[in-house]
Amino acid sequence: MTTLDPKPTDTPSDGGTVTPSRSTGTNATRVIGIAAAVAMAWLVLFALVISPADVNQGESVRLLYIHVPTIWVAYLSFVVTAVASGIYLFTKKHSLGWDRLAGASAEFGVAFVGLTLIVGSLWGRLTWGVFWQWDARLTTTALLFVAYIGYLAVRRLGGSHQQRAKRSAVVGLLSVLLIPLVHWSVVIWRSLHQTASIANTEGDIKMDGTMLFTLFVGVVAFSLLYVWLVMHRTRAMAMEDMLEDRGLDVALAERRAEGAGR
Amino acid sequence: MSTWRVGWLIARKDLRIEWRSRVITNQVLPFAFVTMVIFGIALDANTDVLELVAPGLVWLATMFSLLLLVQRAFSVEADDGALDAMRVAGVDARGIFLGKAIGLVVQLLVLEVLLLCAAMVLYGETIRLDGVVLLVTTMVSATCGLAAVGTLYGGLAAGSKGRETLLPLLTLPAVAPVLIGATRAVESALGTGVAELSEGWQWVSLLTVFAVVFGVGGALAFGPLIDE
Repeated sequence: MTTLDPKPTDTPSDGGTVTPSRSTGTNATRVIGIAAAVAMAWLVLFALVISPADVNQGESVRLLYIHVPTIWVAYLSFVVTAVASGIYLFTKKHSLGWDRLAGASAEFGVAFVGLTLIVGSLWGRLTWGVFWQWDARLTTTALLFVAYIGYLAVRRLGGSHQQRAKRSAVVGLLSVLLIPLVHWSVVIWRSLHQTASIANTEGDIKMDGTMLFTLFVGVVAFSLLYVWLVMHRTRAMAMEDMLEDRGLDVALAERRAEGAGR
Repeated sequence: MSTWRVGWLIARKDLRIEWRSRVITNQVLPFAFVTMVIFGIALDANTDVLELVAPGLVWLATMFSLLLLVQRAFSVEADDGALDAMRVAGVDARGIFLGKAIGLVVQLLVLEVLLLCAAMVLYGETIRLDGVVLLVTTMVSATCGLAAVGTLYGGLAAGSKGRETLLPLLTLPAVAPVLIGATRAVESALGTGVAELSEGWQWVSLLTVFAVVFGVGGALAFGPLIDE
């Protein structure tokens, strides 16, 4: 039995421009990667050495230099997921490139929200004395975390690439609709029933200039990291899709060869 | 055939199947009842606590039962490839969504009334007369939202591997606003704890917005979701 060479399958069926390269790196990702690494080193220097300890929170304030940038990146990535899902769904071309961008972005969004929740609860334990508070923002974030884990599960349901893309785009858009509804419900819930908070989540911290700058460095560093990761992940996903397509073509060719040989 | 007509026919068919198969009365209702009993056990049968949290427990039991009902509603369709057949026959997807959702609303409403009765018996909950309008409005609007979400994600998960585990993961975070809103509104209606009657109505507006958003969004998204 001979295997036919599936030669024209290097260009994927969606017509996206994916080069059949083995690497996911390009000059652009290399530059962004180096920039992200430098910014991270900068952040470590500022967060751990240069910036002062807080008057009220002491050393635990340093946790916020991870906490704030990660939640910023998480929200950014969910917005990217929603926009990419929308573009996929509402353009005539239904390009899988947008679907992969949505998926890659959601993966890192979930990872960063997870990081935010972990770091935040550690900070809460040190500052408020409790790991968790049923505060509006915390509750919304936790639900968001679970909702996007669901989105990632939908992506793994199987079926053709277009099927996956259509399903997940719909769920991606619905999850965004959910954010204001969840937030609204949780805000009135807590404002009605919470008598007194242990500590104010915001406000009472007077920001020192160095601290503010450190936060800024953190946001830049994590944003660069996000862009770098998403670029690599999107290309890796394109390769995965290509590999699957090629596997299917090889199998088809084998079956055809079998039929011809009979 | 108009969308509404399709919806009506599908809802009637679903309800007839449920009526004849008795799965609801023989399995779903007992399950919901057991849930109420084990809540009582978990909370150490402390009637003071139970009376206070009864509205939340009723809704929680409703949501767990919703998962069963949705799976049931779609396994009826997916087993014989009926969903695909209807699509091939050119049946409007919005009509299918509507019909499935209406069927679920009717079943859920019956279930909720029975669960409320169980809460009165088991947890010592009382219903006050001036809260009945709020109670009924809350139940209807919350149920519409639950049914819309359930139908949408049930259709998505229907026929795919691992759907049993996917459905709760998708549905429960999505219906969290309904759980919060419906619980508080029922607390106001029943006068549980310090809840006042007037507080309940702002929750009804949340529940209504939720039902409309997921009803319209679900009807529009259902076609692309179930097309294979």
